[in-house]
Amino acid sequence: MAPVVDTLRLTAEEGIGLVERREISPAELHAAYLEAIAARDPELHCFLRTTAPGDGSSIPVALKDVISTKGVETTAGSKILSGYTPIFDATVAERCKSAGLTLLGKTNTDEFAMGSSTENSAWGPSRNPWDPSRVPGGSGGGSAAAVTAGLAPWALGSDTGGSIKQPSALCGNVGLRPTYGSVSRYGIVAFASSLDQIGPVAKTTRDVALLYSVIAGRDRRDSTTAELPEPVRVPEADSLAGVRIGLPVELNEAEGIEPGVKDAVSRAIALAEDLGAEVEECSLPRSVRYGLPCYYLIAPAEASSNLARYDGVRYGSRSDGDGYREMVERTRDDGFGDEPKRRIMLGTYALSAGYYDAFYGQAQKVRTLIIREHREALERFDVLACPTSPTVAFPLGERADDPLAMYAADLLTIPSCLAGLPGLSIPVGLSEGLPVGLQVIGPQFGENRLFEVGHALEQAIGFDTVPTRLR
Amino acid sequence: MTWEPVIGLEIHVQLKTRTKMFCRCAAGFGARENTQTCPVCLGFPGALPVTNRRAVEWTILLGLALECEIAEKAEFARKNYFYPDLSKGYQISQYDLPSCVNGKVLVPTASGDHVIGIVRAHLEEDAAKTVHVGGRTGRIGGAEWSLVDYNRGGTPLVEIVTAPDLRSADEAKRFLQLLRQTIVELGISDAEMEKGTLRVDANVSVRPQGSDELRTRTEIKNMNSFNFIARGIEAEAERQVAEWESGGEVRQETYDFDASTGTLTARRAKEEADDYRYFPEPDLVPVEPPAELVERLRTELPELPAARIRRIEKALDLDRALVLVTGGLDGLWAATVAEGADPVATGNVVANALVGAGVDSAAVSPKELAKLIASRDRIPRTAFDAAIAKAGEPGFSADPYLAEEAVSDTAELEPVVAAIIAANPEQAEAYRGGKEGLLGFFVGQVMRETQGKADPRVVNELVREKLAG
Repeated sequence: MAPVVDTLRLTAEEGIGLVERREISPAELHAAYLEAIAARDPELHCFLRTTAPGDGSSIPVALKDVISTKGVETTAGSKILSGYTPIFDATVAERCKSAGLTLLGKTNTDEFAMGSSTENSAWGPSRNPWDPSRVPGGSGGGSAAAVTAGLAPWALGSDTGGSIKQPSALCGNVGLRPTYGSVSRYGIVAFASSLDQIGPVAKTTRDVALLYSVIAGRDRRDSTTAELPEPVRVPEADSLAGVRIGLPVELNEAEGIEPGVKDAVSRAIALAEDLGAEVEECSLPRSVRYGLPCYYLIAPAEASSNLARYDGVRYGSRSDGDGYREMVERTRDDGFGDEPKRRIMLGTYALSAGYYDAFYGQAQKVRTLIIREHREALERFDVLACPTSPTVAFPLGERADDPLAMYAADLLTIPSCLAGLPGLSIPVGLSEGLPVGLQVIGPQFGENRLFEVGHALEQAIGFDTVPTRLR
Repeated sequence: MTWEPVIGLEIHVQLKTRTKMFCRCAAGFGARENTQTCPVCLGFPGALPVTNRRAVEWTILLGLALECEIAEKAEFARKNYFYPDLSKGYQISQYDLPSCVNGKVLVPTASGDHVIGIVRAHLEEDAAKTVHVGGRTGRIGGAEWSLVDYNRGGTPLVEIVTAPDLRSADEAKRFLQLLRQTIVELGISDAEMEKGTLRVDANVSVRPQGSDELRTRTEIKNMNSFNFIARGIEAEAERQVAEWESGGEVRQETYDFDASTGTLTARRAKEEADDYRYFPEPDLVPVEPPAELVERLRTELPELPAARIRRIEKALDLDRALVLVTGGLDGLWAATVAEGADPVATGNVVANALVGAGVDSAAVSPKELAKLIASRDRIPRTAFDAAIAKAGEPGFSADPYLAEEAVSDTAELEPVVAAIIAANPEQAEAYRGGKEGLLGFFVGQVMRETQGKADPRVVNELVREKLAG
C-alpha cells in the first residue's frame, strides 16, 4: 500500500525525499498526482492530456503544451497542431527525463502562448484554483494552476512577455523566467524567438532553483544558449543583509495597479528591509513607457514568421482547397484562432517594405535603450522589485473581447523580458482573497541572487500556497 | 547606332559539405526521396538551426579567392514567403550583412585584364525540390498534385552577385568558366550545371556603345550550360536592341530560355511585388570569424586560375592558356613540359588529342606523355593516336608505340606521291598557279593512302618537290 500523499501540500523537494528514502515509488507518486488530476482537473482544466509514469526514477513533472514531447501529442493550444505528435523531445523534456522525472502530462496554454488568461486556448480555458470563476493567468495558466491545485509538484512553462511570471502571481506560487540564453529553446513551439524562454513553476523558490538546475545550460542545438557562469545554488539563507533592492518608480506606481496589490508588495518590501536589505527608489522611464508598444511590434513580427510553417503540407491539420494556395489559406484560416491571426497581421505589417524602419527597426532600437536602462539600474542594485501583475486574477470573460486590456496584464513583466533579464515571481499575500505576486528582476545570469531573495522573503512571509477553498 | 550589352550575373553554388547548412542531415545527390531529412530541415515546430561551420569557412575561402572583403560580422536573415519547397515558410539567408563584399575577378582578354566586380557572395540554404504533376505548365498553379523532396532542402548555397561589368555573351561565358574552375579547385563544390550544383541567372540590358547609362534590365533564368547562357544573353540582347530601335520600350521582366528552340519566354507577371519581409534570424548568432581564421584560410588559397592563365599565356597564346586552365588541364601541361616536352606541342596534345580521346588528364603520366610528344613526328600517326587513347590507363608506357617507325623511305613513298598527283591534275594545276594551301590536301591524301604510317615531314617535302618539279 502506498502512503497517502497530500499532493496539495507536498513540495517537489519533499517528494524527492520520499522517493529517495523509498517511502514511495516514482510510479506510486505519479499515480497519486493522476488521482488528484482525476479529482480536481475536470473543474480546473489544467491538463490537455496526461501520461503514464514510464520508467523515471524520481518525481513527476508537468510540461506546458508548447514543449515537444516525443510520442505525446503537442498542440501549443492550437487546432492547427491537433494530432501532431513530435518525433523528438525538446531539450528541456530530454533533460527532465535524464534527471529521472516522469512526464505527468501536457498543460493548457493560450494558443501559441499568445495571451494572459489561457482563454485563447483552442481547447477551452483553465481556471484559477483560488476561484474557478477567475482566470489563472496566461499563457502558462495550465502549469501554474496545476502546481497550486496539487496536480503537479512542479511544472515547466514558457515566457515571452510574462507567461510564467504572471500566472504564478495570479495562482500564488513561484515562477522563474530565466535569463535569455540560459535554457535551450530547442523543441519549444516558437512564438517570438528573441524573447521565448522556458522556466520552472513550483510551490517554493528552492523547488524552482532545483528544477532550473535540471534544465539550464548550453545546448549545442540552440545557438543562442550559453554556459552558466556559475552553478545553480539552491538557496538557504534567511537574511537579506547587504542586498540592494531598487524599486523602479514607473513599475511600482504604474497606472492600473490595484491598491490591494500595491499594499501587499509594500509589506513585502518592508519585510525585506527588516531582513537587512537596502531599499531605494530608482527609475526606468523608457522601459515602462515604450516597453509594451515595443513588445507588441517585435513579438508579433517574429511570430508572423514563426507561424508560417503551419501550412498543412507536412503535419498538423489540413483543410482541403482547390490548389496549393487555397489549401494553405483554408488550413490557416480554420486552424488559427483570433489571437494568432491578429498577431500574424500585426507582425506582417510591422515587417513590410516601407514600414520596417518605422516599426520593427525602430522597436529594435528602443529595445537596445531598454536593455541599457536596465543594465544601468542593475549596476546600482542587486535586484529590482515591483508587482508582477497590476491586478489579481480577473474573472473569465472580463477581458476576452478587449485585446488591449488583455495586453496591459503584461505591462510590468514585459520590460525585463525585452532586456533578456531573469525575473522571479513569488507570492507575497492576498488581496480580496486572491494571491499577489512580487516580481524580482536580476542581472543577466543573476538567478542565484533571485533565489536568495525569493527564499528569504518566502520564509519571512510564510504564504500558504494552498488556496483557501481547498484547505 | 552600335549597341553594347550590359550583363550582370547571379550565380548559385551548392557547397559539397558533408552535412546541410543548418542541421546534420547528409547533403548530397541521389538518395531516395525524403530520406535525408530531420525535424530541422523539415521545419518541425521547435526545431532550431545551427550554422554549419565548414560552410562558413568555405564561403570565406571563396570570398578570398574573389578578392572580397571578409565581413567581421555577417548575419543571417529570414526571407519570408510561402511555397511548399520552403519548409519553415522562410529561407535563412545572409541579407544586409553578407560574409563577402566588394571583390573582383580579372578576366584575361587579348587586350589585357578585364575587371569584373563582385558585389557580394553570401551564404544561404537551398529550397527543397518540387515536382508538379498534371496541369499545363509544370508549375504549381493548375497542377493536380505536387510532390516535394526535402533532401535538397537546407543544402548550403553561396550566391555570388557580379556588378554589371560584363560586355558580351562571350565574356560572360569566359568569366563563368574561370569562376567555375576556381570553385572546383577550392574543393568546395562540384559546380556542375547539369546537376544543378551551379545555377546562373543573367541580368541583361543594352545601351548605345560609349554611353554609361543603365537601361531597364531583364532577367534570364533556366539556362543549364555555359553555351546556353551565352546564347540566351545574345538572344535577349538582340531582342532588346530590336525593341529600342523600333521605338519600343524594354520592360523589366523575367524570361526562361529554351535552348532547343533558342527562344525566350516571358514569365507571367506577378500580381503584386514580392515583399519578403526580411529581418535578422533570431535563432542564430551572427557569424564573426576570428581574424586568425581568415588569415589561415588566406594562406590555404592555391594559385588561382586567372594567375596561372597569365603565367601560361607567356608560353602559349591566351586562348590556349584559357582552355588548358579552365579545363583543369594545365597541371598536366606544366608537368609534361617540365619533362622536357615542347610547350606548344604539349598544349596542342593536352587540349585537343587527349580531350578528343576522352582521356582523364589526371591519370596521365607526364613522363610518358613527354616521350610520346618528343617522338610524335617520327612514329606513325596511327601509333600516336593509339598511344594517346591508352595514355590514361594504369601502368601506361609509351615505349611499345615508340618502337613503331614511320615510313620515311623516299623510295617507298615516291610512287604513292606521284600517283596522288597524277590522280588530281586540277588541284596540282591550282597549286602551281599559287594556291599553296593545297599542299595539305596532297599530304593528307598520301597519309590516307599509307594508312597514317608515312612520316608527314618526309611526305611534305616529297609533295612539294614533286609538284614543283
